[in-house]
Amino acid sequence: MPARLEPDPIPRRDFLGLAGTWAAMIAIGGSILGMLRLPKPSVLPEKGSRVRLGRPEDLPAGGAQVVPEHNVLVLADARGVAAVSLVCSHLGCIVKQTEGGFSCPCHGSVFGRQGEVTGGPAPSGLKWLAVSRAVDGRLSVDTEREVPPGTFLEV
Amino acid sequence: MVASGLQTFTENLRALPRTVRASIVRHGAPYSDRSRSQAVFGNLFLHIHATRTHVRSLGFTATFGLGVAAFSFFLILLASGVVLMVYYTPSTELAYASMKDIHFVVPGGRLIRNLHRWAGHLMVVVVMLHMGRVFYSASYKAPREFNWVLGMALFVTTLALSFTGYLLPWDQLAFWAITIGANIAASPRELTDALGVTQYFDVGGFQKEILLGAREVGQGALTRFYLLHVIVLPLALVTLVAVHFWRIRKDGGLGRPGGAPTAAGKGADTGAQPTPPTDAPTKTFGLMCVVRDQAPATGQTSDDTVPSWPYLMRAELLVFMVCVLISVLLGMAFDAPLKEMANASIPENPAKAPWYFLGLQEMVSYSAFMGGLLIPAIVVLGLTLIPYLDREPEEAGVYFSGALGRQTARASLLFGLVAAVLSVAIPVRFGWIRSWFPSAPQLLIILINPGSLLTLAYAGWSVRVLRRTASTRMAAIALFTCFVAGFAVMTYVGTYLRGPNWDFFWSRADWPTH
Repeated sequence: MPARLEPDPIPRRDFLGLAGTWAAMIAIGGSILGMLRLPKPSVLPEKGSRVRLGRPEDLPAGGAQVVPEHNVLVLADARGVAAVSLVCSHLGCIVKQTEGGFSCPCHGSVFGRQGEVTGGPAPSGLKWLAVSRAVDGRLSVDTEREVPPGTFLEV
Repeated sequence: MVASGLQTFTENLRALPRTVRASIVRHGAPYSDRSRSQAVFGNLFLHIHATRTHVRSLGFTATFGLGVAAFSFFLILLASGVVLMVYYTPSTELAYASMKDIHFVVPGGRLIRNLHRWAGHLMVVVVMLHMGRVFYSASYKAPREFNWVLGMALFVTTLALSFTGYLLPWDQLAFWAITIGANIAASPRELTDALGVTQYFDVGGFQKEILLGAREVGQGALTRFYLLHVIVLPLALVTLVAVHFWRIRKDGGLGRPGGAPTAAGKGADTGAQPTPPTDAPTKTFGLMCVVRDQAPATGQTSDDTVPSWPYLMRAELLVFMVCVLISVLLGMAFDAPLKEMANASIPENPAKAPWYFLGLQEMVSYSAFMGGLLIPAIVVLGLTLIPYLDREPEEAGVYFSGALGRQTARASLLFGLVAAVLSVAIPVRFGWIRSWFPSAPQLLIILINPGSLLTLAYAGWSVRVLRRTASTRMAAIALFTCFVAGFAVMTYVGTYLRGPNWDFFWSRADWPTH
C-alpha cells in the first residue's frame, strides 16, 4: 500500500505530458485574462468634469437657477452658493423643474426644491456638487465631485 | 497521339457539369432511401439532422415549428444585418445620418431596415414561445437537461443582441433606453451605497464602465455595442445554436410519448456492462435497411420514421418561408421608428425600452437593483435549473403532462394574473413605502417593493402546489405559469398604461399635452 509520503512514482512521460498540458492551459488562460483587462479604460475619454458658471454676484439672491447646458441647479442664499446635479439618482435621466421641486420623466422619482428625494424609486437625493471659485471670480462646479447635501460655498 | 489528347480534353470539357456536380455532391439523386440518407449525412449542414425523422416530430402541434422559426428569423436578421452594415457608420456624428440615408436614399434600404427590426422583434417572441412549448411538453427532462440550459443561454443572447442593436440608430429612443440600461448595470451601487461599502466594492460602477467605456453614453458605448451586436454576440449565438441542434439529435430526437430510445440517448452511460468487442456487425437496423436501395417493409411500421430528406427539410423550408413572408409583410406595412437625433440633455418622456424589457422597466420603477438585476437574475437562474430540480420521469411531448397539469396551469394562470395586477394596482392607487413613511431606510425600500413581493408570492404559490400534489413537475408548471402571467401583465402595463413621468394612464389619449 503506497504511503502518503511515498506515493507511486509517476512515469516520466506522464509527468512531462501533464506538465506540458498544464503549462499550455496556464499560458492560454493568462493570455485571455490579460486581454480581458483591455476593455476597462484607464483614462475616460470625456471632457473635463469642471464647468464654469457666472459670477456669484449675478445670481438672483435667495433663488435657484437651472443651468440647462450643464444639467446643474445653482442655489444661492445667505449661506452662500451651492450646486445640485439634475441627473436623476435612479437611472440617470435629466430631471425637470416642477412647482414643488423636480421630477424625473423616466420613472417618476420626485425631488424637493433642494434635491431631497420625496417620492418614486430614486435611492437617494440629487447629488450636491463641489463648487469653487475660479481665479477670474466665476464659479466653477465639478460635476463628478459629490459633497454632502447642505454644503454651501461662502461668497 | 495529339488528336487523342485533344479528344480526351473535349470529352472532359463536355463532362464538366457532371464531374463538377459529382465532386461536390457525394451521392446520387435522392430518389431511394439510401441516397436520401446519404444526402443528409453526407452534407455538413444537413447532417445535424438524423437521417430519419419520427412522423410525430413532423406534426404541427408537436413543435408548432417554433425552434425552426426562431432560427429562420435569425437567418433573416443575419442577411439583412450584413447589407445594412454596408451603409451604417458606428460613429456618434454619422450614425443617425446613415440611418436616415438607409431609410430614405439607399435602394431598398427602408424595407431591409424594417425587415431587420421586425425579424428582431419576432425572434424574441418566437424564442419565448419556443421556451414555453418545450417547458409545457416536458421536453427538458432527461436526457435533454443540458439542451434546456443551452436554450436559456440562447434566450439571454437573443435579448442581448436585441438590446445592443437598440442603441445603433443613435436617436432619442436609443440614447435614453441605453442610458437607463447602463444605469441598471450600475444599480448594485444602490445596495452598496445603502450598506456604505461602495468605495471598497463598486460592482455597479465597474459594470457600467465596461459597458460604456466612459461615464456617459457616447462614442465608447456606440463602438462597444456595435462590436457586440455585429460580431461577438452573433458568433456566440451561432456556436450555441450549433450545439443546441446537435444535442437534439444526440439526445434522441424530439421528445415524444412512448419514445423508447430516448431513455438515455445514444452513447449515454446506461450502467450496463460493456460487451466485449466481437466481429459481429454493430450496425443498427436503421442503417442496415438503407444499405440496400429498398427499405424492408417491416422496419417502416415498427419505428414510424420517414427519411429526413425530403420530409423534414420540406417542413423546415415551409416554416422558413412563412417567417420570411411575415417579416416582409410587416416590414412593408409598418416602418421601424426613428426619433430625433440623440440629445444628452433632453430625456425622452416617457423613455421606454423595447417592449420585452418594459416588464422589467415597470419593476425598475420601484427599485433599479431589485427590478433590473436581482429579480431577473433569480428568474433566469430558476428557469435554467428547472430540469435539475424537477427530475420526475415523465413522458415528453404531452402538453401539461395530463389533466392535473392543465388544471394546475389554469389555476396558476389565474393566481399569477391576479397577483400581478394587484402588485401594480396597489402602488398606483395607494402609493408605496416612501409615500407612507418618507424617512424609511433605503435598504427597506430596495428589498420590499412590489416586484420582490410578487416574486415571493409566486414562489409561495409554487411551494403550495408542491405540497398539495407532491409533484415537482406540477410545482414547476405552477411557477412557470405564474411568471408567464406576471411577465404578460407587467409588459402590458409598461407598454400601454404608463405615460409621461411613468405615471399611470388608462389610455394614451389621457397623456398630458405639452
